[in-house]
Amino acid sequence: MRVSRGKGRMPYLFIAPFFALFAVFGVFPIGYSVLMSLFNWKMSGPVEFIGLGNYVNVLTVDPFFLSAVLNTLVLLLTGSLLQHFIALPLAIVVNSRFVKGKEFFKTAYFLPYITSTVAVAIIFANLFDTNYGLFNWALGAFGIEPVAWLADPVGIKVALSAVLNWKYVGWNMVIYLAALQSIPAELYEAVEMDGAGTIRKHLAITLPHLMPVVFFAVSLSIIGGMQIFEEPFVLTGGYENMGGEGNSGLTAAFYLMFTAFKAGRLGKASAIAWIIFVVILLLNRVNRLATDRMPGGGD
Amino acid sequence: MTARRPMFGTTVPRGAAMIALTAVALLFAFPFYYIFVLGTWPGERVLELPPHLVFGNGLSANLEVLLERVPYFSSFLNSLGIALTQTVLSLFFCTMAGFAFAKYRFRFRKQLLGFVIATLAVPGFLNIVPFYKMMVAFGWINTWLPLVVPGMAGAFGIFLMTQFLAHGLPDELLDAGAIDGLGEFGLLIRVVFPLARPGMAILGIITFIGSWNSFTSALVFLPDLSKTTLPVVLAALNSRVDNNLGALMLGTALSLLPMMAIFLVFSRQIISGLTAGAVKG
Repeated sequence: MRVSRGKGRMPYLFIAPFFALFAVFGVFPIGYSVLMSLFNWKMSGPVEFIGLGNYVNVLTVDPFFLSAVLNTLVLLLTGSLLQHFIALPLAIVVNSRFVKGKEFFKTAYFLPYITSTVAVAIIFANLFDTNYGLFNWALGAFGIEPVAWLADPVGIKVALSAVLNWKYVGWNMVIYLAALQSIPAELYEAVEMDGAGTIRKHLAITLPHLMPVVFFAVSLSIIGGMQIFEEPFVLTGGYENMGGEGNSGLTAAFYLMFTAFKAGRLGKASAIAWIIFVVILLLNRVNRLATDRMPGGGD
Repeated sequence: MTARRPMFGTTVPRGAAMIALTAVALLFAFPFYYIFVLGTWPGERVLELPPHLVFGNGLSANLEVLLERVPYFSSFLNSLGIALTQTVLSLFFCTMAGFAFAKYRFRFRKQLLGFVIATLAVPGFLNIVPFYKMMVAFGWINTWLPLVVPGMAGAFGIFLMTQFLAHGLPDELLDAGAIDGLGEFGLLIRVVFPLARPGMAILGIITFIGSWNSFTSALVFLPDLSKTTLPVVLAALNSRVDNNLGALMLGTALSLLPMMAIFLVFSRQIISGLTAGAVKG
């Protein structure tokens, strides 16, 4: 590493744009949103200080917010977290020595991750169409009546979960694959000499070694999952439908966007943002505690 | 030789594992194939039973509708312009900051880099409401500025370029440049930029794809359909009842092409770049 010459200002100048931009477009609005959340602040017109009124309203009176949080938590489980039980075994299989074309599988599984959410939602809206969708057609082959996926409270969640799993499994698989490749082979040899089978080998060696990565990947899933907006927005047809039948596709972030940019209630939307933020912090705390209880998680 | 031991013993049939992996790959690839298939069927025939699994003959008709009835071409150019602008700006500012973090020793270097990385964990929605008010006050609504300016020295890009330059740019070359009389800024322009190209290529591709796909920010800050990006136009089309389905499917399929082409060529670099933080974290 070079020692800075001149008057030693250059490196600070080089990194200054980040800090200037973050101050103006990050710190300032985040601080400002605390303030806004304490006001009855509409898109236009006078603003009125109401203290914690927005928070109380959102948590006690509002007919949508709590169910939106519940929807989000359900999707977090079935969409964002469930896939770790798919991604990890998938990574273990891809990592096997006998598997040829590892790069091909990585590429195929990863492609959905970098695909536009809007395009993904349009494609899946087709696949889940009640009358002409491929899924119902396939189910019909087994004599199952058409399911109104996108017009049914449970159906919407199934469709959204399918989208989330499809889109993000590859991302998690790649993270786990990289972690697996860093486990020394000698460790496996040791337990193999003790006569351990495949399952016991992974429980004894793989899982404890992967625990820090699992914690990290699950944290990312929680942060991302609690912000899910684009998928339900497009799949249920925009602000007007508010998450479709029974608002069952209305997520917390969707309701935040709706409150701000459709209802024009900026103060209330700011309060919602902070409540979601606290939920994310709490969930990550749970994740920490759960990981610490797992073998290899406490160190 | 301490070769990697097979993760699966012979108890699990290897053929079955390969078949399963391939089946999952097909499952992941199918939606892409399907949207291209649907894009080639005329509007009134997109929804039919049994669902189409092979290409139809409505490609040119769909293309005509797409270009005539919706601002598809202009939003395509908007997306392209925004993505290219954001990519160029990011490459400049992130390489500059990465150079400082990777190659200089200065007070609070570690702490400042840690702060930059920590900002990645801040949820994006936390500032969106006041940020919107700011954009209104600046007169930036329906301009590219809210999409390209705030993120042009992005934390992810700085982290990526710091990693790349710390390992990929030998100090000797910088010293040689300094002996030739280059100042710090001269070193950045004449030595760092040319030699950081492989790292910049990865960051550039990732930035381009991210910008190309961006929806929420364009939805909020570019509400005018003639000024907005491709995903917003597609979403608007999607929620319209009277739309031509064939054109919508074709529009969606075409919007995927640039991204898919880039990914198929550079998948290895893109995956390693995107997961760099997660894998080392």
